[in-house]
Amino acid sequence: MENFVPLFRREFLGYFRSPVAYVFIVIFLLASVGCTFFLGGLFESDQASLDPFFNYLPWLFLVFVPAVGMRLWAEERRSGTIEILFTLPVTMTEAVLSKFLAGWAFLAVALFLTFPLWLTVNYLGNPDNGVIFAGYVGSLLMAGAYLSVSCFTSSLSKNQVISFVLGVVICFVLVLLGWGVFTDLMASIFPAWLIDVVADAGFITHFQSISRGLLDSRDIIYFISAITVGLALNTMTLNARKAS
Amino acid sequence: MISVSGLVRDFGGFRAVKGISFEVPKGQILGFLGPNGAGKSTTMKMLTCFIEPTSGTATVGGKDIIKDSIAVRKQIGYLPESAPSYGEMTVVEFLSFVAEVRGMFGASALKAAEAMRETCDLGAVWDQPIETLSKGYRQRVGFAQALIHDPPVLILDEPTDGLDPNQKHEVRKLIKSMANNKTIILSTHILEEVDAICERAVIIANGSIVADATPGALRERSRFHNAVTMKVAPSDLEKAQAMLSGIGGIGNVEVLGGDRSTIRVFPKKGESIALKISELSKQRNLGIEELQVEQGRLDEVFRSVTKSEVKASKD
Repeated sequence: MENFVPLFRREFLGYFRSPVAYVFIVIFLLASVGCTFFLGGLFESDQASLDPFFNYLPWLFLVFVPAVGMRLWAEERRSGTIEILFTLPVTMTEAVLSKFLAGWAFLAVALFLTFPLWLTVNYLGNPDNGVIFAGYVGSLLMAGAYLSVSCFTSSLSKNQVISFVLGVVICFVLVLLGWGVFTDLMASIFPAWLIDVVADAGFITHFQSISRGLLDSRDIIYFISAITVGLALNTMTLNARKAS
Repeated sequence: MISVSGLVRDFGGFRAVKGISFEVPKGQILGFLGPNGAGKSTTMKMLTCFIEPTSGTATVGGKDIIKDSIAVRKQIGYLPESAPSYGEMTVVEFLSFVAEVRGMFGASALKAAEAMRETCDLGAVWDQPIETLSKGYRQRVGFAQALIHDPPVLILDEPTDGLDPNQKHEVRKLIKSMANNKTIILSTHILEEVDAICERAVIIANGSIVADATPGALRERSRFHNAVTMKVAPSDLEKAQAMLSGIGGIGNVEVLGGDRSTIRVFPKKGESIALKISELSKQRNLGIEELQVEQGRLDEVFRSVTKSEVKASKD
């Protein structure tokens, strides 16, 4: 992994070389504030907690994370720089991991910048900061799972828009699987054990259990497995079609 | 230095490269010629380990391109077709990045980049994002990227494509200056370039090698090789034709017309006729205004070897 550092740095700083990164972050922050206060009703709930924020996060990520990840491989293939990248002494694992982790670090920065929300609830009352911390850990893990899907869809096409749409669709399915409204609907048709299995495959089920303050190893393993599957598919796609 | 044996590459059901074998000794500049879609770029992409061959293999500096691809890539400087690079980076950022991935760190990466600033004359655009540069500068950035680790092997895919004549001249000078201690393969479809810089030309058509020789030897294959073109006054035309018919070793005679009567005389294979013609015309007092011996034409050889291949594959 000797080449990881320069690859990671190029990719991470690459976000900030164009105004796109700043636009992304500003929109994400505005949307997260909007969700927390207006849709989530932080003031009306009369509770010092970040639940309104974390409840809407899976839906915010649905659009935001594929937008962050769409560029990673599609742009590389469109501009032909992938030919430079893979004729440098770089292994496939180094390349895939450095891009993924650079995107993940960017998402971590965006999440970190929501800290004024945390300051606000601490100013207004006495929230359980342990739960909030667990919520952020869960958010970061969930962001990683979304991003690995986006890395995969980004390697499928030279076109960033197609990559983005595919990423949103796949992530949407994964969110839907664990979403209460959807599982309730399905429960009237399918047996309960099937619903449990399906819900277990979705993002929200695991995210909610972490953000309630339960850092259960099963949920952490779930997200790490999801990331691994996404990146494995990403690697397979690249091996098969990097030159086409 | 480079040894290629039986390289084959399929794309779907289409066989782009059909078993290519050749050797390149250290210090040689080899020109890869061929029509578009002949398999030049595909062969180069296999040598640089960007794509894997369907079958066959090659070694670069003794390392196998499949089993030891990282070691091969370390020895090669590669300029892909149309010189892609990360547009949002500045020239210095991009070159430092490549140097770091090539195993140089911090100050030594910057030093390697600085050295390229001189070699490739990039001073004027050093801190500009690459996407804002002209085609000529981008090509130079691509060159710098390929040269930054002083590789023993250079593989250049159409290095002068899209450059103006001055820039082409510069690039050729640069390539020639590196020939002493590097093995270079370059692809091109500009034949004058092969003449100008290559010691050896390999012509590829339809995925196979159809000719492999020095540019001079290729030219000898041309029907124009040693042909004599002479201009005589129109009134002397018949006299000249009569004279030519008396000379041994002459094959075809073509009258080309023009404001003066131009005659092109083709020798029989292996014959040299220029001296005979000039001596005999002096004896007979034939006024020749101009007499020219042709070297042979690369473009004609190129056309004949690549076209016969197209026909053969269709049959």
